[in-house]
Amino acid sequence: MGGAKGGPVYRGVQKVPDRVLLVFAGLVYLFLYAPIMVLIIFSFNSTKNTQVWTGFSTQWYGALIRDGSVLNAFKLSLTVGLTATAIATVIGTFTALALSRYEFRGKTFADSAIYAATVMPEIVVGVSLLVFFVAATIPLGIVTIVIAHVAFCISFVTIVVRARLSGMDRSVEEAAQDLGANPVQTFLRVTLPLILPGVMAGALLAFTLSFDDFVITFFVAGVGSSTLPLKIYSMIKFGVSPVINALSTVVMVSTMILILGGGRILARRQGNAS
Amino acid sequence: MGKQGRGWTVGLAGLLSPVTLWLGLFFLVPLLLILAYSFGKSGIYGGITLGFYPGNYLKVFDPLYLEIIVRTFVIALLNTFLCLLVGYPLAYFITFKGGRHKHTLILLVMIPFWTSLLLRAYAWVVILGGDNGIANRLLQFLHLTDHPLTLIFTPQAVIMGMVYSYLPFMILPLYAALEKFDWRLKEAAQDLGASRWHTFWRVTFPLSLPGVIAGSILVFIPSAGEFVIPNLLGGARTVMVGNLIQQQFLQARDWAFGSALAVMLAVLLVGAIMFYVRRVGADKLEEV
Repeated sequence: MGGAKGGPVYRGVQKVPDRVLLVFAGLVYLFLYAPIMVLIIFSFNSTKNTQVWTGFSTQWYGALIRDGSVLNAFKLSLTVGLTATAIATVIGTFTALALSRYEFRGKTFADSAIYAATVMPEIVVGVSLLVFFVAATIPLGIVTIVIAHVAFCISFVTIVVRARLSGMDRSVEEAAQDLGANPVQTFLRVTLPLILPGVMAGALLAFTLSFDDFVITFFVAGVGSSTLPLKIYSMIKFGVSPVINALSTVVMVSTMILILGGGRILARRQGNAS
Repeated sequence: MGKQGRGWTVGLAGLLSPVTLWLGLFFLVPLLLILAYSFGKSGIYGGITLGFYPGNYLKVFDPLYLEIIVRTFVIALLNTFLCLLVGYPLAYFITFKGGRHKHTLILLVMIPFWTSLLLRAYAWVVILGGDNGIANRLLQFLHLTDHPLTLIFTPQAVIMGMVYSYLPFMILPLYAALEKFDWRLKEAAQDLGASRWHTFWRVTFPLSLPGVIAGSILVFIPSAGEFVIPNLLGGARTVMVGNLIQQQFLQARDWAFGSALAVMLAVLLVGAIMFYVRRVGADKLEEV
């Protein structure tokens, strides 16, 4: 415990705030996790009640699997997520390379535009894209969803990859070029493998953002195409049900596996690279 | 950057053209479009006539709408303040008292951050709903009330849902800022006779300001633009600007007024951030 380093004079007084802090931290963690736990527990309830425990059952998971519209929404979210991630990762990596390797006029503007895209309220982005698609007579659907998702993911990928690039040792690249490698070869054989953990972290972030996005998708999806968050929203609007609890549990557990698993793989790669 | 020959230019252009095209066409142009629409005039059937009609912005000052705008900023500020109040001690605890569990503790904050906002709001719909709901039974069990209360569809429910949703956005930058803290400064202050309280307010807190600023911005902006949480947990008394914008675009089909509201929200938020950053010091933000 670092707090004791302050000197003997304070040691006696310090114990009390430390204990208060510990209890407070415990309560905050309880606040963060109790609602999630409640959702998970009642997804296994034997009756339709989501608040009073009546017994164990897995019937709501069965109902979930049989609900074709949920499965379709999941498939759409997966398609959109993978497509948007692929496009945004390539564009974002290019942008990060340009911003960290080149000095050019308008760089400050480019920088602020990237950050502006991350802080602009989602609702403003959503309605402006809706207005744009309607004005450009592009029919709302999967294409407009992918376009919108790529637009908000690019900045996040750029920021993550750029952080990785700034911590990279440039001398390896220079060595490759001195040995006669052309810029493309240098990029593919030297730079890319070195920044790959950053690129993958950016891709993982982009996929989660796309898969979870509700607000922007809500405006650009049109009537026919429902991603998983849109489906969940309409289910909640229709009324509380243990099927939503079951769906929440599945989504939360898979996100956790994806993040923790992805994080572990990334950490290992990062260890190898440096 | 030594060689700036033809290859250099081609390389830069190649790397920058995709982002320029995508963000230009699908971020900047749409924003300019709603700016133009905000000065237009909505037709009865949803069409729009471009021109220069300041009427949409004047409509914002209608007491009915002004109330919603003021409420939005009050809720967003209150949420930011509460997140700071709850988040700071926790970030402090993790950084300085976490010891070898530090990484696990911060991971535990990040997990809810990664789960969908929609599901986190749904959790509160379940907990707060109904006379015989979990929150009501808990309150009665703790003898805080002897009869069931209306908890959902109230301003308090919206605040609760917001603090719950945005708390991790505050804790993570605070932790990042406190992490960089140089222990020796604290020791020096205490060796020089500063009390614990003094050391915190004079040394630790000022040095963690970049985290406070970053966290406040990350919480304030999305909460001012929020429309899901008031939609699911709030009632008629908690309509926020986000809900109003959504109504104008999807139900009332008054796109000119909706655009004016969206432009105003974006401008007010950017203005608020610039004011805040300038007040606390732009140099502090550079470090984030």
